[in-house]
Amino acid sequence: MAATFAFIRVKSYNRGVRNLIAESLKGHSADYIEIHFEESQATSIVYRGKRLEEISRARNSGGNVRALVKGSWGFVSFNSLDGLRDKVALATEEARLASRGPLKLFSMEAVIDKVVPQLKQDATNVSLAIKKELLDRYNDIMLSNHKIQSSRINYRDNKKQRTFANSEGSYIEQAKTDLSLRLTAIAHDDNEIQQAGLSLGSNGEFAAVEELHGQAREIARRAVALLSAPQVKGGDYTVLLDPVLAGVFAHEAFGHLSESDFVYQNDNLQKVMILGKRFGGKHLNIVDDPTIPNLRGSYRYDDEGTPARRTYLIREGVLEGRLHSRETAARMGESTTGNARALNYLFPPIVRMSNTYIERGSASFEEMLGDIEEGIYVKDWYGGTTSLEMFTFSAGEAYMIRHGRLAELLRPVVLTGNVFTTLRNIDAIGNDLEMNQGGGCGKGGQSPLPVSDGSPHIRIRHCVVGGR
Amino acid sequence: MSVQFEANELKQVQTKESSSLALRIFRGGKIGFAIASGEGGLDTLVDMAVETSQFGSLANFQFPSQFHQDSSKVCIFDSEVGDLTKERMIDIGKELITQIRAHTPDIICDVEVIKRTGSISIINSQGGSGRYDKSFFGFGLEGIVVRDTDMLFVGDSESSCRVDFIGINDLAARVIWQLEMAKEKAAVSTKRLPVIFTSNGVASVLLSPILLAFNGKTVLEGASPLKDRLGEKVFDKKLNLWDDATVAFRVGSYPFDDEGVPSQHLPLVTNGIVTNFLYDLRTAALAGTQSTGNGRRVESGFPNPTISSLRLCQSGGDVSFQAMVEDIKGGLIVEQVMGAEQGNVLSGDFGGNVLLGYKVENGEIVGRVKDTMIAGNVYKVLEELLGIGQETRWVGGILQTPSLYCPRVSVTTKGG
Repeated sequence: MAATFAFIRVKSYNRGVRNLIAESLKGHSADYIEIHFEESQATSIVYRGKRLEEISRARNSGGNVRALVKGSWGFVSFNSLDGLRDKVALATEEARLASRGPLKLFSMEAVIDKVVPQLKQDATNVSLAIKKELLDRYNDIMLSNHKIQSSRINYRDNKKQRTFANSEGSYIEQAKTDLSLRLTAIAHDDNEIQQAGLSLGSNGEFAAVEELHGQAREIARRAVALLSAPQVKGGDYTVLLDPVLAGVFAHEAFGHLSESDFVYQNDNLQKVMILGKRFGGKHLNIVDDPTIPNLRGSYRYDDEGTPARRTYLIREGVLEGRLHSRETAARMGESTTGNARALNYLFPPIVRMSNTYIERGSASFEEMLGDIEEGIYVKDWYGGTTSLEMFTFSAGEAYMIRHGRLAELLRPVVLTGNVFTTLRNIDAIGNDLEMNQGGGCGKGGQSPLPVSDGSPHIRIRHCVVGGR
Repeated sequence: MSVQFEANELKQVQTKESSSLALRIFRGGKIGFAIASGEGGLDTLVDMAVETSQFGSLANFQFPSQFHQDSSKVCIFDSEVGDLTKERMIDIGKELITQIRAHTPDIICDVEVIKRTGSISIINSQGGSGRYDKSFFGFGLEGIVVRDTDMLFVGDSESSCRVDFIGINDLAARVIWQLEMAKEKAAVSTKRLPVIFTSNGVASVLLSPILLAFNGKTVLEGASPLKDRLGEKVFDKKLNLWDDATVAFRVGSYPFDDEGVPSQHLPLVTNGIVTNFLYDLRTAALAGTQSTGNGRRVESGFPNPTISSLRLCQSGGDVSFQAMVEDIKGGLIVEQVMGAEQGNVLSGDFGGNVLLGYKVENGEIVGRVKDTMIAGNVYKVLEELLGIGQETRWVGGILQTPSLYCPRVSVTTKGG
């Protein structure tokens, strides 16, 4: 099924930039060159307790040249397009210093296109007054709970106009907006400090941050409840993950392992990640899909100009694909997937996820819960990180499960495990897929890159939960 | 500029040039802020700052009319950094990889060698102005050894403002030590164990909660566990901690902060007693105290109380690393923890998967642990220490610390 994409395309290009790039590429001596140029603007609003801590605006422009010579790269970034030809020459000269084996990038047809997002209410066009009034309200709600000592609000929106061109004749202009919001309530009682939070985001649609009054109240209530909640006893438990945390698991535990730049030059890891190998039960499907409309990790072309597409990482429990740039695809003899992304013009594109999720299964929440004699229901997240083989992630909210029922609230817990074992230990997948837009992904110093992840509820047997 | 090796080979050479301009204004008694880079002009910058000032927080302080610090007194510029050639940087990377692979031939290394020079200028309408140059040189190595589905991660990095302050051989020796200690696998059981945090371990596990607690902002809003404990003994009496922006050629040093306030040698903990918190101008004004010269702009934001160079027990402690190990009957050495900052950092909690750590049995390191989590609270762990290492080192260029020997940390492993 062809994905529908909520973008309209209007073919009126920035002719000045386009000509400048074409001129600077004339007569270059690299195997391949690409040029990025980017203009962005951002608004940031930060509260700490009742005080508005920071309200700021930023405007940024800059670009880079990336040159490939005999399999190695030169990269030059800059603030001004002046002397672009010299920058092309410098990047080429840098690439010559390196000495890897020859490389022909995965072959692609040249693309000429312009992509403009269509938003109902673009957050970057909403006035500061409206944004502030809304955030003031959420802050007041959180702070109205008398046991709440302080709060944090971090709001950020940005709009980027990106231009991409390469020596193969591609020229793409893409605009992208992004929005993120985190609300945190901090409760204090004697010597105890506990916090609860909510992270969300959108592709720039302002509606995502409206109507959160109830949730702000709930965060404050939960932070206070944590003050008297017990700490879980560390050990090996059956855990039931809510869609948010299971999505983080899909991203951290398996998504990163599917990024081919970790694999393509590592023979031993390639043996682990052989396509066709079984990693989990037949119910397990994990997908990365930048073509889903209107999510934070959605795009039409990646930062190498490759059209986005949906990639099955695991289908029916078996490793089916992985994420590629044009380089990793060529070096591994596989097809490119359009997952080369750069945080901004200061960085070269590297292999990244987009919208990563576990597909819907068939179990109901009650069925999954009912079978657990003693376990933990973990919800929401503080964060997650991976070292490929091992992952760790933190739940923002946790409850004991006893005799098939939810029991007492627990202090936040940290889960850890071996990816391969844990995937095999997923014994039930729910029928209630949800996508989470509150995260940003970090890799190779490029953070936070807008992504989303998602999952239904999932149940994992034998998961290590840290406690004391 | 940087050279980057991937999978033991030189993959990429980078040159980055950037400049940005930040403007903070007081208008109608409120603060406005904007930042711009690249083309676009000053007018936009002023417009954006004016727009934000309508909603900004109260302008409750004055900018300094004079930047007292003589910027030549804090040494942070080495002209040799600029002279360092790309070819020499490539050789450094190759040499590092050669040394490590001579020990473990099947290791796959990523190496980055970076140099940077820049200048910072600050001017304000009170008449204060200042400018300084700063250089940076550093290299880091990350190695992975994969055997079947077992992965071992090792690595370390060094950085300074000065080329000759850091050495390839020191870094290689530390990584080889990690590989040597991790040769065998060992399992610990779920219980409370004595733990030695190496310098890397201190940075990986204990640093974030401490930074947050000493930040004047956290104190002001009442969210720091140390808020009412100034002058009280909170940590082991052997423990001393300073923030020192004046230490020569360290990457966190500066003559004056991003608000023009002179840098200083600031004691945070003296003999276990909490002595100071970190302040910028605005937070200090709200708290009724003075800026400590820690107002630093991080990325695109406002100046905030931020550490410069943190020195924990800078002259070292009382025990050699070897003696600490020999003292342990059953315990753990922690070098790197994954996800340590994900817990309730505000309250001092840490917890995560031991990415690199070794089991100690009867006074000897017997091998690397896996599937192991540690959890604890910084204030409990540092309340009473069994020992402080004699040797200190700079981790990540910003934290100078010895190893710390802690009596009891909760350890959880798979299968109990």
